Order: sequence, then C-alpha cells, then structure tokens
Amino acid sequence: MSNSVIQCRCKKETEAEKYERIAEVIEEYKDREGSLIQVLHMAQGIYGYLPVELQRFIAQKMGLPFSRVSGVVTFYSFFSTKPRGENTIRVCLGTACYVRGGKKIVEKLREILGVEVGGTTADGKFSLEVMRCIGACGLAPAMMINDRVYKQVNPDKLQSILEKYY
Amino acid sequence: MVQVTINNKKLLVDDDMTILEAARANNINIPNFCYMKDVHRFGSCRICVVEVEGARNLQASCMVKVRDGMVIHTNSERVKKARKMLYELILSDHPKNCLTCARNQSCELQKLGELIHAEDGRLEGERSKSEIDASSPSIIRDMSKCVLCRRCVTVCNEIQGVGVLNAQNRGFKTVIGPGADLPLNSVNCVMCGQCTVVCPVGALQEKDSLQAVWDALYDNGRHVVVQTAPAVRAALGEEFGYEPGTLVTGKMVTALRELGFDAVFDTNFAADLTIIEEGNELLDRLTKAMNGKPATLPMITSCSPGWIKYVEHTYPDELDHLSTCKSPHMMLGALAKSYYADKIGIDPRKIFVVSVMPCTAKKFEITRPEMVNNGCPNVDAVLTTRELARMIKEAGVDFRSLGDGEFDNPLGISTGAADIFGTTGGVMEAAIRTVYEIVTGRELPFENLHVKSIMGLDTVKTAELLIENPKDEYKFLDGVQLKVAVTSGLKGAKMLMDQVSANESPYHFIEVMGCPGGCISGGGQPRPTDDEIRKKRMDAIYREDENKQLRKSHENPFIIKLYEEFLVKPLGHKSHELLHTAYTRRGIFNELLQGRHR
Repeated sequence: MSNSVIQCRCKKETEAEKYERIAEVIEEYKDREGSLIQVLHMAQGIYGYLPVELQRFIAQKMGLPFSRVSGVVTFYSFFSTKPRGENTIRVCLGTACYVRGGKKIVEKLREILGVEVGGTTADGKFSLEVMRCIGACGLAPAMMINDRVYKQVNPDKLQSILEKYY
Repeated sequence: MVQVTINNKKLLVDDDMTILEAARANNINIPNFCYMKDVHRFGSCRICVVEVEGARNLQASCMVKVRDGMVIHTNSERVKKARKMLYELILSDHPKNCLTCARNQSCELQKLGELIHAEDGRLEGERSKSEIDASSPSIIRDMSKCVLCRRCVTVCNEIQGVGVLNAQNRGFKTVIGPGADLPLNSVNCVMCGQCTVVCPVGALQEKDSLQAVWDALYDNGRHVVVQTAPAVRAALGEEFGYEPGTLVTGKMVTALRELGFDAVFDTNFAADLTIIEEGNELLDRLTKAMNGKPATLPMITSCSPGWIKYVEHTYPDELDHLSTCKSPHMMLGALAKSYYADKIGIDPRKIFVVSVMPCTAKKFEITRPEMVNNGCPNVDAVLTTRELARMIKEAGVDFRSLGDGEFDNPLGISTGAADIFGTTGGVMEAAIRTVYEIVTGRELPFENLHVKSIMGLDTVKTAELLIENPKDEYKFLDGVQLKVAVTSGLKGAKMLMDQVSANESPYHFIEVMGCPGGCISGGGQPRPTDDEIRKKRMDAIYREDENKQLRKSHENPFIIKLYEEFLVKPLGHKSHELLHTAYTRRGIFNELLQGRHR
C-alpha cells in the first residue's frame, strides 16, 4: 500500500469516499492474520479518527466482533475516537524527556493552544497529546508534530514552531 | 517423558505438560486462579507463580512447559511472598462485600483466600471501576467485582464465537465489556450465560428472579405452578453435595412442593408435545418439498433461546429454516394458562408460571413480545438450576433427606424421549423415534432406540436414515435417505449455518443447542462444568430415558388426551395459536429491529 493512500485528504473527500477507501484497505488486509492494527492505523489516517460507526464498519467488513475492534482502539493511545485536529502534537513524557523539562513543554502548549491534553483547538488546527517515550531520548526533551520530530525543544520557541502550521 | 524435580521430589512427567499440570498430576497443588482446565490458559493473574532454578523471574506455572532437568519450588519463601502480594493486589481492587454477594461461599477468590493468609487493608487505594450493567433480562454485569481473569472473554469469543465480551481500555482502566460503554442488552449478546458459569467471582451472574417467585408464592390470590427442564434433575444434586450425574428428580419434586408451589409440572411433558408438533412440521415441509411445493429445508430446532437469538443476529435472512415451535417450557406455560386453567376452573390471569431452567437465555425468552396469549405472558419467571438450589437452601429444606415425589398431572407425565431433550443429540433422537414410526408404522430399528452417531460431545455430529417401505400416505419418501446434523455450542452452529446460507447444506433436519454439550451444561447449571461433568450429566439423562416404560413421545397417554380434549390435531388452529411462534430479524448491531419477520 503506497503512502499516499493513507494520507489525510479529509478536506477534499466526501464521507462516502473515505469509507470506500477504507473498504479497499480492508479488502487488501482482511485475510492476513493480525492485520487489525494495520487497518485501524490506515483507517484513522483516512478518516482522521475512529468513531464507533467506523469501528462497526471495520468490524463487519473484517468479520470480527465489534468488542474486539473497540478493545484494540481503546488500548492504544495512538487511536482516537474523537475528531482530531489537522495536526497532532505529541509531547514526549518518557523518563529522559520528563527530567529534561517535557512537562514545561506541555504547560506552555496548554497555555498557547488553550486546550487540555487530549483536546483539540476550537479552530480544529491542533490536537495535543502526550506520549511515554518516542524513542528519541538523546534528543530530550522531544516532541512530534505529525511525523516530524522536534529535538531539545525550548518552551519559548514553541510559538514560532506552531506558526509554521498555519 | 521428561524428568523434573518439584519440591525436591524427582518426577517423570509428559513433556507437553505445563508445570501446573505436571504438579497436579503428582498431587501437588499449586494455588491458581484464572487458569481453567481445557478452557482458559492466559497467565493474567500470576497467582500460580513458582520458582524455577536458573530462571531470574518467578514463572507462571500455568503457562510454562516442563523441560528435562527442571528444578521447581512451588512453596519457597519467595513464591509465598509473591503469591500473597498478588492476592492482596487483586483484593485491593475488589469490593469485599462478600456477605451480600450471591457468590458468597461459592466464590473462587474467597476459596483462594483460605490458602493464602492475606492481610487486610495493607494495600488500599483507588478503585478502578464500579459500573453495574443490569440492562439484560438474563445477565447482570457488576464490573466492580471483576478480577480481569478473562475467562468470560475466552468462552464468549473462542468457545461460543459470539464475542460481545472483550477487554476495553488499558491498564488500571481495563474493563471487560461490549465496548463503547454499550449495555449488554443493546448488543448481540445471545444471553447463553456461559460467561456466568466460568466467572470465578460475582462479576457475571444470572439476573436474580428469586424475589419475584417468593412474592408470587406469598400471594394467596395466586395459583403458582412450577415446571422443571430435563437437564435440571441431572445437575441440581451437585448443589447439595451429590456427585455429578446423580439424578434427583423425586427429591426435586418434593422440594418444590415444600416451597409451596400449587402444582409441580414437568417441562418434559411439553418436550413430548414439541416432538409431535415439530415432527409433524418436518413431515409437512418434507411433503411439500417432495411434491414440488415451496418449503424451507433444512428445518432447524428452536428449543434453545440463546441459539434463536444468535441466528436472529447473525443470519437474519435464514429465519425460515427455524421450526416455528416455541420452546417446551413456553408451550407448557401457554397450556397451563389455557388447558389447565379451564380444567381446574381458575382465571388464567391468577396463574403464575415459574420455569426452572438450566439456562439464562430463557429469562430473556419470556420477555419476548410473541410469548403472550390472551394478554397473559406464557411464563412469568425463570429460575436457573443454581437459583432453585439457593431457594431450597433459603427455605431451610434439607434436600438430602427428602423422599421422592411425583409430578402433577395433566402436565407431568413424560416419556424417555423427553428426558433426552436435555442433552445434545437428544431432541433429534426423540424426533427420529417418532417421525420414523409415523412414516413407516414400525419402531426405529436401532439398539435401545439410540441414534449412536449423534450422541456424545463432538461439535458436529451427523446421521443418515434410509426410509424403506413407508406407509401409503408417505410413499413419496420411499428410498429417501434422511440426513440430519446435530451441534451444540454456537461455533458448531456457525459451521452448519454457513452451509445453510450458502445453499449448500445437505441436511433435512438440524438440531442446535446453544451451549456446548446442550442444556446439561447450560448457562444456569451448577459450577463448575467441564467435559467430565458433562459426560456424567449426559449419562444420567440417558439413564432416566432408559428406565422409563414409555420412550417415544407419541405414546405419552396425556399427550394423546391433550389432542383429544383440546388441541384436536398437530399443527392445528389451537396449536398455531398457543404453541408456535415467529422470529425477529435483528442483525449483528440490532440494525434490522424495526422490520418484523413473518
């Protein structure tokens, strides 16, 4: 599956088109053992998040019980059942980042964005999340915006980092 | 075989055994909790940890296989300390209101406490969950008591193939449930209650109907009748210390009289009636099919309400395959409030019918809107076998000392064919005994009237029966090879239904019971249940059958009388009104519930 398939085109695509694209993904993966996480990952990429209706759709298409799909969705913090912002900020609070000031980054972001951890800004631009170790301890304190990792983040520079996304 | 040393004893054990199994086989008891033989091996509770020399960490003995030369200590200081800590951690997130819990003295967590002398209050902290889901008419979920052993997850997903219970969320917030905070009643739970049989604590239980029954008994204006399913008599004794497989029919009847029921009837009577109605329905469908008229085959039995709900959710387009017969206890309820009410001259609205069932889905079944005649529900309350035992104990009746009683007529006499309704293969065998004789005029030519290939615990069992020299009116069946299949447990049902929905089923008639083994190990039966216990209960049921003078449903004199006096003929007008029913298209997410089937 090429990367472009899972890219978010939420602004340009209708609901039905998104479901159709998710159905295509399921068709390709459904007979492979243990492919549920992969499918959910791609579905979230296409749809933006995983509401109950979409989880049901995936369960039915994959021939799995809904409770199993929902179980996996609620187990992994990467999956979201609520609409998410255009960009997802993930601040690392693993041990190394925590001791080097990860918490301060979270504080500052809450202040700038006006949202709590797990929330999404009113304009739908950013979702704020925290993670336990993104595997970049040498770069602590680190954070990610979408797929990009920011190293040794200085809380005072956050404003200018965020501006690039407007 | 490999050699291991457990607690300084050198032992030869099978090399595919786990440490726990090897110890057990040598009479060494390793305390364990979430493990369930042949059902569930998950290693979630860690209570069964042992010390293995050379291994850095303690090992969960239910998960780790023995290896040659392994040196194991099951009772060292380190093991005992860890076990105690693990137990206290489980307790720290448990309500400990044992005295008011229905599982008091039958709780595995409590029992484990006898082995581990825990200190109270050493570890107190936040409680993870307190949700009580009482939405289902059959099963109550009290998640504050859940210990996350996941046995219910295993039976619901892997044994029954339904999958409404799975772990949601993560870590301390983990809860076992249908997901998205949905109540059990809103999802495709079939209410088979197999989860309530394996739950070690009081987190999953049948919904209590004792109070409703006591209220009816204490109400002098009520005429309270009770009926008991065939499987109850083969298991109730276990609640009073009898060996599995002990038949307690007579004591059960006496106990019910002592509890104050006005009439004690036998669901078996209605099982005989089911055979007459269902057997004729099968012949009717076969006649139509052989004469080129529209008829849906295979026909599938409809006695098991969990199975019915499963098919309504999972195969909503195949409902025409189901026999239209109500389940036997619903038939008996309908007759108690019509035929019997007329006979004794009581207003049917004053009659309160209680069914004692091995089943939790029956509690749901009586709430179905179809199960009402003349404004009266056919059955007013369902007690499980476990609940009846509690009721008997509550009333101070010394069960073991009771003499044998007899069921009341006119709804109390039954043949051996009805007894075997309680076990997988039984409904089919009972039907074959009668249908073969109706068609050929001769008795089924099998040893002891048993259809051997459909007995036992295999998931799917089949039989073929060649019809030769039939009576004139069934000439069209001459030379027909009647093909039947039997399954118990919903995984087997799925296999057979996939064939049906693909139009590839080679069978004429299929028997499905929702629980593995049939009603003998239904969701309302005494705990525990394993294959050994299933076999013992099954043997008891066949014993009851073989000890009867009459072993074919159509020979039941009270059934013959019932048709003469009241029903007139099988599949007749009265039968359709009282004994037959219709089904509901539900869909896996209940999305089809608006449109009614038939």
